[in-house]
Amino acid sequence: MATVSMRGVRKSYGGALEVIQGIDMEIADGEFIVIVGPSGCGKSTLLRMVAGLEKITGGEIAIDSRVVNNLEPKDRDIAMVFQNYALYPHMSVYENMSYGLRIRGMSKTEIDERVKRAAGILEIGQYLDRKPRQLSGGQRQRVAMGRAIVREPKAFLFDEPLSNLDAKLRVQMRVEIKKLQRQLGVTSIYVTHDQVEAMTMADRLIVMNKGVAEQIGTPIEVYAAPSTLFVAGFIGSPAMNFLETRVSSDGRLAIDGAALSPKTGLDPGRAVTVGIRPEHLATGGGLDVQVELVELLGADTLVHGRLSDGKSLVVRLPGNQVPTAGDRLPVQAYDGAWHLFDTETGKRLGTA
Amino acid sequence: MVENRPWLTAFSHLVVILGVLIIAFPVWMTFVASTHDASTMLRSPVPLLPGPYLIQNYKEILFQGYARTSGIPLTIALMNSMIMALGICIGKILISITAAFAIVYFRFPFRMAAFWAIFVTLMLPVEVRIVPTYGVVAGLGMINSYSGLIIPLIASATATFLFRQFFLSVPDELAEASRVDGAGPMRFFVDILLPMSRTTIAALFVIQFIYGWNQYLWPLLVTNHESFYTAVMVVARQATAVDATPSWNLIMAAAMLAMLPPVLVVVFMQRQFVRGLVETEK
Repeated sequence: MATVSMRGVRKSYGGALEVIQGIDMEIADGEFIVIVGPSGCGKSTLLRMVAGLEKITGGEIAIDSRVVNNLEPKDRDIAMVFQNYALYPHMSVYENMSYGLRIRGMSKTEIDERVKRAAGILEIGQYLDRKPRQLSGGQRQRVAMGRAIVREPKAFLFDEPLSNLDAKLRVQMRVEIKKLQRQLGVTSIYVTHDQVEAMTMADRLIVMNKGVAEQIGTPIEVYAAPSTLFVAGFIGSPAMNFLETRVSSDGRLAIDGAALSPKTGLDPGRAVTVGIRPEHLATGGGLDVQVELVELLGADTLVHGRLSDGKSLVVRLPGNQVPTAGDRLPVQAYDGAWHLFDTETGKRLGTA
Repeated sequence: MVENRPWLTAFSHLVVILGVLIIAFPVWMTFVASTHDASTMLRSPVPLLPGPYLIQNYKEILFQGYARTSGIPLTIALMNSMIMALGICIGKILISITAAFAIVYFRFPFRMAAFWAIFVTLMLPVEVRIVPTYGVVAGLGMINSYSGLIIPLIASATATFLFRQFFLSVPDELAEASRVDGAGPMRFFVDILLPMSRTTIAALFVIQFIYGWNQYLWPLLVTNHESFYTAVMVVARQATAVDATPSWNLIMAAAMLAMLPPVLVVVFMQRQFVRGLVETEK
């Protein structure tokens, strides 16, 4: 159990290409941090730098206020769960879980005790003699977790551990990992590209894009007040609608001609991008949407349509409201649901 | 096959049986010849069924040898062959697996150059470099020694290449997981890589044992003392003995015995051999 600090962490391969461009982050003891972003954003690289599998080009990483930049993975006192589990195929589950402890020269009785305890927590006690290939995906996942738990490390590192599982198992394991982390209270860093995992598991999120941490905050903060256009578009499903417009002379926004004109405190003439989540739109008043496609999800109805100025818009309605394609649908937004971003820099300006 | 066509089945069997007969007949003749006395084998027609001298012939060749040429008992030659074959085979595996480990898992300068240098030697058959090799071995005083028989044949580009390909197919995460678990490179090699490559090792063992056992040209060059002759050499020398009627019964008994160890290796390691070449267990 420990704190993890990243201070100006950078990574580049051969100078030119910088894949991590300076990350600053303080992770508190016992916190569950999720790093989320599209593929190629550097999230796995960052995790591997914490693990010690990638060299740190600049800045420093400290675990429990001890700088670990030049320490081997084994000396960092961390445990890692890999995407493909990386179980040793020729070893039984028991041997897989105890391998790290055996290397550390722990006594047989203590190893046995720890493995049995971890197997009990993960409910894999009856599989200890099996080889990994005799286990299902979910069981392998548990064994990989077990291998991490028995070490009793200062931090758990998860590299997309659920992406090889089917959808149902993924939901189940998601809940279990979260519960387990609560129970053990071990500081954890979890990398995923799945925003549902990110939202449900994280104490705090790091949303990464192109080697930069776009926003660090609790899931609700990130959802309610995305700090950049990228974060706004990445978190939330279906994605936020964006409409480019300008602030008019009276400080209001003209959306869809002037059908809606929420008030802002911004300078007139400024180019802004207005974001509105599909779930924050409802029928009635204001905007006039030409319905093009309707997706029925049962609980919800997703309406894909166009505003009269030709911009596309997605509206999420309750499942009992089913417009047909070709209809005109009057739509309004909840107050304060409009997110304003600077069109040029992508930075958040506020709500309206 | 789903269809039941009795004539086709019969025909296929006929072809297979014919093939087996063609391959097995010389072996059978060798065996038959090794069970008669010398004079029967020089008369025609040559017998097609085993005779009564089996034990006597084998006893003579094993413990007294073929008096007309070398005169050393075949047991010594078999022993020499065994030492040479095992030496070459184990040596090849040890050297090539460590070489492949270095090439795949370590980043050192000229890594690829080293790999290509090894790979290029594949293109050179032993015969091309046999004279300079002999010069070196003679200069080191290794003529008439087991080290002289084994060491020059111990490097193997093929095996290195095979192990390299296998190591490349092992997921990187395994190496990383073992690093996180605290295993150093050698620990990883011994605890994880070696057990995982056991089928590949078994396949190579079979191939290289036969290769080592069947060496003829090199032992012929590097030994001139009878106590270092290998079984294959002895068989060949018997047949070409001058100024004497060959004792086919003894020659064939020696041939049978020289054939036996590779056959046993194949029979007992067949399963691992096939798995090593076909299956990739990950």
